[in-house]
Amino acid sequence: MKPILEVKNMTMAFGGLKAIDSLDISIHQGEIAALIGPNGAGKTTFFNCITGIYKPTSGDIFICPHEKQERLNGLKPNIVTKKGLARTFQNIRLFSSMTVLENVMIGCHSITKAGVLGAIFKNAATKAEENFIVEKAYSILEKIGIEMYVDELATNLPYGAQRRLEIARAMATDPFLLLLDEPAAGMNPMETKSLDDLIIKLRDEENVSILLIEHDMKLVMSLSDNIHVVDYGKKIAEGTPEQIKSNPDVIKAYLGDESEDA
Amino acid sequence: MDFDYFSYLFFGGLTRGSIYALIALGYTMVYGIIQLINFAHGEIYMIGAFTGLIIASVLTMMGLPSLAVIIIAAAAAIIYASAYGFTIEKIAYKPLRDANAPRLSALISAIGMSLFLQNYVLLAQTSDFLPFPSLIPDFEFWEPYSHIWTSAELVIFITTVIVMILLTFLIKFTKIGKAMRATSQDKTMASLLGINVNRVITFTFVVGSATAAIGGILIASHIGQINFYMGFIAGIKAFVAAVLGGIGSIPGAVIGALILGWTESFFTGYISSDYEDVFAFLFLVGILILRPSGILGKSETQKV
Repeated sequence: MKPILEVKNMTMAFGGLKAIDSLDISIHQGEIAALIGPNGAGKTTFFNCITGIYKPTSGDIFICPHEKQERLNGLKPNIVTKKGLARTFQNIRLFSSMTVLENVMIGCHSITKAGVLGAIFKNAATKAEENFIVEKAYSILEKIGIEMYVDELATNLPYGAQRRLEIARAMATDPFLLLLDEPAAGMNPMETKSLDDLIIKLRDEENVSILLIEHDMKLVMSLSDNIHVVDYGKKIAEGTPEQIKSNPDVIKAYLGDESEDA
Repeated sequence: MDFDYFSYLFFGGLTRGSIYALIALGYTMVYGIIQLINFAHGEIYMIGAFTGLIIASVLTMMGLPSLAVIIIAAAAAIIYASAYGFTIEKIAYKPLRDANAPRLSALISAIGMSLFLQNYVLLAQTSDFLPFPSLIPDFEFWEPYSHIWTSAELVIFITTVIVMILLTFLIKFTKIGKAMRATSQDKTMASLLGINVNRVITFTFVVGSATAAIGGILIASHIGQINFYMGFIAGIKAFVAAVLGGIGSIPGAVIGALILGWTESFFTGYISSDYEDVFAFLFLVGILILRPSGILGKSETQKV
């Protein structure tokens, strides 16, 4: 079976600096994969490239959610989202002056049709669609476990709930692959544990594959089926948590080379 | 102090304020979405008035009743001005945005567009003041009050209120309104949620142009004359109103516009009409010293 995301030989250069250097990464259906690496290794740049925020200098990005393979290069972020990739950011980027429900509803809009005239004249189809969106948004909030905040302004939520809302909003776009950029950043161990459960639940119940960038190694090791390690924009290792833990290149990248100090 | 005179000035100020508000909305909405002061916006208002005049003259010659004339002329003005707003965005701002040009470049482009449109209308039409038919009829039932608040002023005020209500509804409750709010807060995030940001920006320009055209045709009909330069000073005043209320805030633009309208009306009425603009801008300076981000503007605190 073809991988649902296949990045081939992708390079992203900013002037002379190659933030990503001929990277190959494949993600398979139903997988929880992790992208790890030291700070500045190019992990977020990788997310920006595949979601259409940056245009990669060279290489190919393919998705294959069903039977048919499609190329993503050069598509605008809103189109990439419609194709079924959703992401969160390492810093929280909620629409802070909107309610929790509105935040999720915005995500749902990418999959609806109603136009301006429909909204003004309130025809039956528009009303039905609006109700559908509200119900859908609410059920996503329930699944993520933050439905009690439904009418609160996003900015008033506790930190852990804001992070969950980001995930809820991303889920609202009906993705087949969810890209999470440091979802556990700033969370305490208890919140991290419940995030762990949430990610597994999303994979098992919502049929969505997950690629996450994370620095919390405990979370990465317990959660991932497959780990990709990058450093200076290049892939230095790939494998199961056990393989990665004992890989000398990975240890070198994280802890430094002993011979260098000598 | 005579109460009738006070009321007369009050309603005069309300009318001015309403017109400023209709124009200021376009400034503030565009600024809210792409942080650009669209200096060509005053010209859209002027083009709205010219279109209204041309259509109204033709229809009046054809002998249509005045109510039909005003409705058709207004509709034509709205459509024509919206088309201008759409085109300006596409040729003067979008290419710069796509090229990630600095905001200052877009501002210069806006000023260029404003001068271009002014001179284009000057050449295509005339530099003279053109008489504009008073399309708004005098209502009989309003006769007893018309010495302090004319029918035309009443119509201007009511139209403004209706436009405000429609706009509030649009932004608060519709899908495109939500998309507009999302885009103004975080364009990248909005596009990652599937919103076509360019379409939202275009829509904002079109709505802003439509309200300016309504303002243009109302004021032209009320004052009775137009020329190619009318958009410049009205545009500047509406811009002042938008800044006064806190640029980017829609209720702010309305409040700013009303305050400006009343300031001008009362100062010219009680002190001297020679100093109309002096008072308006003096007031702006005063308010901005007390509240630098405008009456309803949010002060932006940068996190370090």
